[in-house]
Amino acid sequence: MTEQIYSALIAILIGVSAVIIYFWGSNWILDALISKSSRANKEVLREKIRPWLFAGPALFFLTLYLVYPVFETLWLSFQNSDSTEFVGWSNYAWLFNDGQFHITLRNNLLWLIIVPTLSTVFGLAVAVLADRAKFGTIAKSIIFMPMAISFVGASVIWKFVYHYNGEGDTQIGILNAIVVAFGGEPQFWLSMEIWNSVLLMVILIWIQTGFAMVILGAALRSVPEETLEAAIIDGANRRQLFFRITLPQIMPTVIVVWTTIAILVLKVFDIVLAMTNGQWETQVLANLMYDWMFRGAGDFGRGSAIAIIIMLSVTPIMAWNIYRFRKDEAGR
Amino acid sequence: MSTQSSFLPRFFNGTALTALVILWLVPTLGLFVSSIRDKDQLAASGWWTSFNESKQVTFARTDLPETQQQIDGQFVLSGQLTADDGTVFTNVLAFGSSSRDPEEVPAGETATLKNGAQLTVNSDGSYTYVQDKEITGSRGKRIFFAYGQPPRFTLENYDNVLDKGKIGQAFLNTLAVTIPATVIPVLIAAFAAYAFSWMQFAGREWLFAVVIGLLVVPLQTSLVPLLRLYSDLGQMFGFESKGYPGVWMAHTGFGLPLAIYLMRNYMKSLPGDLIESARVDGASHFQVFTRIILPLSLPALASFTIFQFLWVWNDLLVALVFLGQGEDQIVLTAQLRALLGTRGSNWEVLTSGAFISIILPLLVFFALQRFFVRGLVAGSVKG
Repeated sequence: MTEQIYSALIAILIGVSAVIIYFWGSNWILDALISKSSRANKEVLREKIRPWLFAGPALFFLTLYLVYPVFETLWLSFQNSDSTEFVGWSNYAWLFNDGQFHITLRNNLLWLIIVPTLSTVFGLAVAVLADRAKFGTIAKSIIFMPMAISFVGASVIWKFVYHYNGEGDTQIGILNAIVVAFGGEPQFWLSMEIWNSVLLMVILIWIQTGFAMVILGAALRSVPEETLEAAIIDGANRRQLFFRITLPQIMPTVIVVWTTIAILVLKVFDIVLAMTNGQWETQVLANLMYDWMFRGAGDFGRGSAIAIIIMLSVTPIMAWNIYRFRKDEAGR
Repeated sequence: MSTQSSFLPRFFNGTALTALVILWLVPTLGLFVSSIRDKDQLAASGWWTSFNESKQVTFARTDLPETQQQIDGQFVLSGQLTADDGTVFTNVLAFGSSSRDPEEVPAGETATLKNGAQLTVNSDGSYTYVQDKEITGSRGKRIFFAYGQPPRFTLENYDNVLDKGKIGQAFLNTLAVTIPATVIPVLIAAFAAYAFSWMQFAGREWLFAVVIGLLVVPLQTSLVPLLRLYSDLGQMFGFESKGYPGVWMAHTGFGLPLAIYLMRNYMKSLPGDLIESARVDGASHFQVFTRIILPLSLPALASFTIFQFLWVWNDLLVALVFLGQGEDQIVLTAQLRALLGTRGSNWEVLTSGAFISIILPLLVFFALQRFFVRGLVAGSVKG
C-alpha cells in the first residue's frame, strides 16, 4: 500500500512539474535567446512569439482532444466496424432502421423535455421559497449538496430507494415500503417501462435542481427593487408580482439554465449504465454509443455514427453561444 | 419580496420548503444510516426502523434425543434455544414447524407438528418438545423461529469494503488521477486566459470564439479517435496505452474550454491600467502574469479548481475508456459500478462503498461552496 502511495505521489509530481518547467523554461529561453540577438526590434519580436508560448499548450490540447476528434469521428462514422473500409451512409441507414435506436431516441426526447424543465421549476421554487424562509441558507445547502455527488454514487443512493424484495417480504427500499404501507403491491420499479426511465430521470433532477437554484437565485437578487415597488403601488398581488414582473426579467437566465441542463442530459451516461445498462427499454444515446464502442471487438463505425448524432443535437446551442459571444464583444 | 407577510402564505412557504428539503435529504440519509448498520439487520428491515429491534429468522436444534425424559407416559425434550456458536436466544417472537413458515405460532403457544409432536417455545427461548413415542434420531430436532435483535451499529461494513471491496485501493487511484488532472489544466488555462485577455496576437478573437464553441462539444465524439490514437502510439513506442498520463491529458483537454472561458472573463475584468503601467516600467508579460495577474486571479482559479476536482473525481466515462480496469488503475466510480454488478443486493457493501466515494467531494464542496457558487454563476449566466 505504501509503495503505491509513493508511486502515485511521484507520478503526480512528474506530471505537475513538467507543466511548470515548460512555462518557466520556454519563457526563460525566449528572453535569453532574443536578448543576445543584435536586432533592433528584439522586444517587438519577443512579444510576437510570447503569446504562442502562453496559449500554445492550451491550443495543442484543445486541437488534439476536441477539435480533431470531431472530424475524425465524422470520418469514422462512414467506415465499417474496424475502420478498414468506407461504407458510406450505411451506419446511419442501419441506425435509423434499428428498433433499439428508435426507443433510444424516444427516451432521449423524454429526458430532454422532463429533466431540464423540472430541474428549472424546482430550482426556481427553492430559490424563491428559501429567500423568504428563516432556514433558507441551510435549505439551499441541502438542495445543492447532490451537485457534489457522482452520478454513480447517486445511482447507488437511488437504487437503494427503488429496491424491491419479493411480495410478502419486508421491503427495505423506502419507495416500496411506502407503497406497501398504503396498501399497494410492491413493484420491481426498474423493469416497468417508461416509468423506469422516469425514475432514472428523478436522479438527474435531484442532482441538477441545486444548479438551477444557484443560478436563478443570483438572477432573482439582481431584479431591480423599483420594478417590484412600482407594481405593488399599482396593487399587484404576490402571484402577479412573480409571474408578471419577476419572471419576465429573469427569463434569459431561465433559458440559459434550461439549455445548460439540456446539454448535460444529451450526454447522460453513468446513471443509465449503473442502474439498468439500458435494459427494460431505458437506453439513451450516450450509453448506446458506449455499448457499441465496446460490444465484442467494438464497432467503431456505429459508435461514431451515434456520437455524431449527439454532436449534431448540441450544434444549434453551440452556434447560439458563439453568436451571443460575438454580439457581446462587438458591444464592448 | 416580503411584501405581504400574512401568516398563511408564510406557513405554506415554510411547509413546502421543508417538504422539498426532506425529499432531497432522505435518500442520502438512508445511504449513510444503512452503511453503519449490522449487515443482517440491514437486509432484514428498512433503515428507517434501524433504532427498533429487528426481526431475524433462523433455526436451532434441540438437545440430542438421548437426553429425553419420560414424563407421564410421554417423551419430553426441553432446553434453551442456542445457536451453534453458543449464542443463547432470549427474545423469541414466533416459531413454526418448518422452514417455510418460521412465524406460524407466536412465542408462548403450542404448535402441533406434522408428526403429531407438540412443540412449545417461550419468548425467553426455552422450549419443550413432547411426543407419545420415543424420540429417535442422532441429532436434535430443528426448530425454526424468529427472534428480536437489538439494533446494532458498526463500522465492519467499512472495514470490509475498504479491503475486500477494494475501495481503499480505488480511493488512492482516484487521488492519483484527480490531483494532476486538476492542477495541469488550471496552469495551462491560466496562461492561455492571460494571452486571450491581455496579449495581442493574430487570430485572437476567432480562436476564442472556437473555445466558446468547444464548451458544449460532447466528449463522446472524442472517445473513439483518442482510443485509437492511444493504442497506435502505444504500439509504436511500446508503452501501455491505458494509464495515468493518458487520463490526465484527456481530462486536461476536456476541462480546458470551461477553464479558459472562466479565467479569461475574470482576467479581462481586472483593471488594464495596472498591466499597462507595469509594462511601461519594463516588466515582460511573463513577469506581469506571474507577479500581478496570477495572485489577483486566485478566486477564479479556486472556482475552476473545485469544478475540475469534482468533475474528475466523479467521472466514470473517461476512466472506463482510458484506464485499465485492474486493481492498480480502477477508480472509485468504476469500482462502485463493478460492485453494483457483482454485489447488487449486498447493500452493506454498496452503501459503505458509495459513502467512501462521496465523502471527499462533499467535504471539499461544503468547505469551499462560496467559490464553487461564484464559478457556477460566472460560467453560466453569460454562456
